[in-house]
Amino acid sequence: MTREEIIEKVNNLLSEEFEVDLGELTPDANIKETLALDSLSLVDLVALVQQNYKIKIPVADLPSIQTFNDLYNYIESHLPA
Amino acid sequence: MKRRVVITGMGIWSCLGNTLDEVRDALYTGKSGIVFSQARKDAGFRSALCAQVAQADLKPYVARSMRQFMPEEAQYAYMATRAALEHARIDQDFLDRHEVGLIFGNDSTAEATMHGLDKFREFKDTSACGSGAIFQSMNSTVTMSLACIFKLRGINLTTSAACASGSHSIGLASLLIRDGLQDCIVCGGAQEANMYSVASFDGIQAFSLRENEPTKACRPFDRDRDGLVPGGGAAAVILESYEHAVKRGAPILAEVVGWGFSGNGAHISTPNVAGPARSLELCLRNGEMTPKEIGYINAHATSTRAGDGQEALAIAQIFGDYKVPVTSTKSQTGHEMWMAGTSELIYSMLMMKHGFIAGNINFEHPDEDTACINILPETREIHFDTFLSNSFGFGGTNSTLIVKNM
Repeated sequence: MTREEIIEKVNNLLSEEFEVDLGELTPDANIKETLALDSLSLVDLVALVQQNYKIKIPVADLPSIQTFNDLYNYIESHLPA
Repeated sequence: MKRRVVITGMGIWSCLGNTLDEVRDALYTGKSGIVFSQARKDAGFRSALCAQVAQADLKPYVARSMRQFMPEEAQYAYMATRAALEHARIDQDFLDRHEVGLIFGNDSTAEATMHGLDKFREFKDTSACGSGAIFQSMNSTVTMSLACIFKLRGINLTTSAACASGSHSIGLASLLIRDGLQDCIVCGGAQEANMYSVASFDGIQAFSLRENEPTKACRPFDRDRDGLVPGGGAAAVILESYEHAVKRGAPILAEVVGWGFSGNGAHISTPNVAGPARSLELCLRNGEMTPKEIGYINAHATSTRAGDGQEALAIAQIFGDYKVPVTSTKSQTGHEMWMAGTSELIYSMLMMKHGFIAGNINFEHPDEDTACINILPETREIHFDTFLSNSFGFGGTNSTLIVKNM
């Protein structure tokens, strides 16, 4: 899967799940603010990544994912070979 | 001093319609809401009959951050409550300024529980359940969601009493208002309509097998009845003290004059006569009414062999020679279970307000038990001012309400 494909799919999933316009999902935007995530709905972000990419994001890794770019990077680097 | 308890608003989401006008017309014309579901047949149901309930779209009204906590039954309940509040002329500003309570009947969250646990089992990780799963899978999911959406600050309670849940909610609310503990309570009943909620019910062979004639399958009191048909949706009514309703200039529709209840203390699924009879007696006594003052009985009768006959005998025992008109609206709606106590109160209210009794469709021949009461097979234009509504549930929980026109 190319990075462009990851970005397109992740954005579509997030836009549908959190009901935010695709246009708002820019690489440097803050994920929590853009998707209006609180401590509860952050679990949905973790579940969405797990269910679609089989990647479990440990709680300890969450602080490193601030922007959408951080999320794309995390998924790209953790995809099964 | 005991206060009078009145009904000032009603809202419903049912297989007969999603507005009071639609439902009234469907009742009058004897429309059936029952269909054959190929999806249920394909999934392995013994009986693929069910009520057809429209999906509720809450997107225009409720943010995703709240909807994620709401399973199907809570969504139906939201639509019914929204309509009931509007009917009662209660807006958000009023709710913000007054302490309004909430009591809803609900007794399952099967689909939501299943989905959450399926994810847990698939990924062997609890966070895979998602953030909404815990809230969606609790029996009080309806009241917890509605209380947060409408910012309700009074009593916040779910009644779980099987198929009497939506009647007990009104009974309890009426006591709280009568004793001055609350001025206004939103009450109702909600029932998930998905196949998973009733798969195990189908498994005990409780459902009608008349799959070739879906609209004729649910036939309460009829000699040839062969089981119930599962339904769903939600219904809500606004209860207030009479003084409270007058003070705010609310439309006063009727008065809840009596509530009766009882337990059979017997078999978990087989009903008896004594339990329901005591519920009827207590309701009449509590409402200081005599049987002859009741103009119509909306029966619990679900179209099962055992239940309908026992209820008929209980009614006959209490009403004696007075042949009060009796129908079961489940002939049109199927069994709305946790919702039924409230929805059937609304069906009866619509009849009372519009001067008719909806015929017990599919009632063609009584059997030796059901012949003892006066069942109306076709819609009749009859004026009545007081009705009684029965709701009975598994485990032998019985609830009876008497409502008087105003």
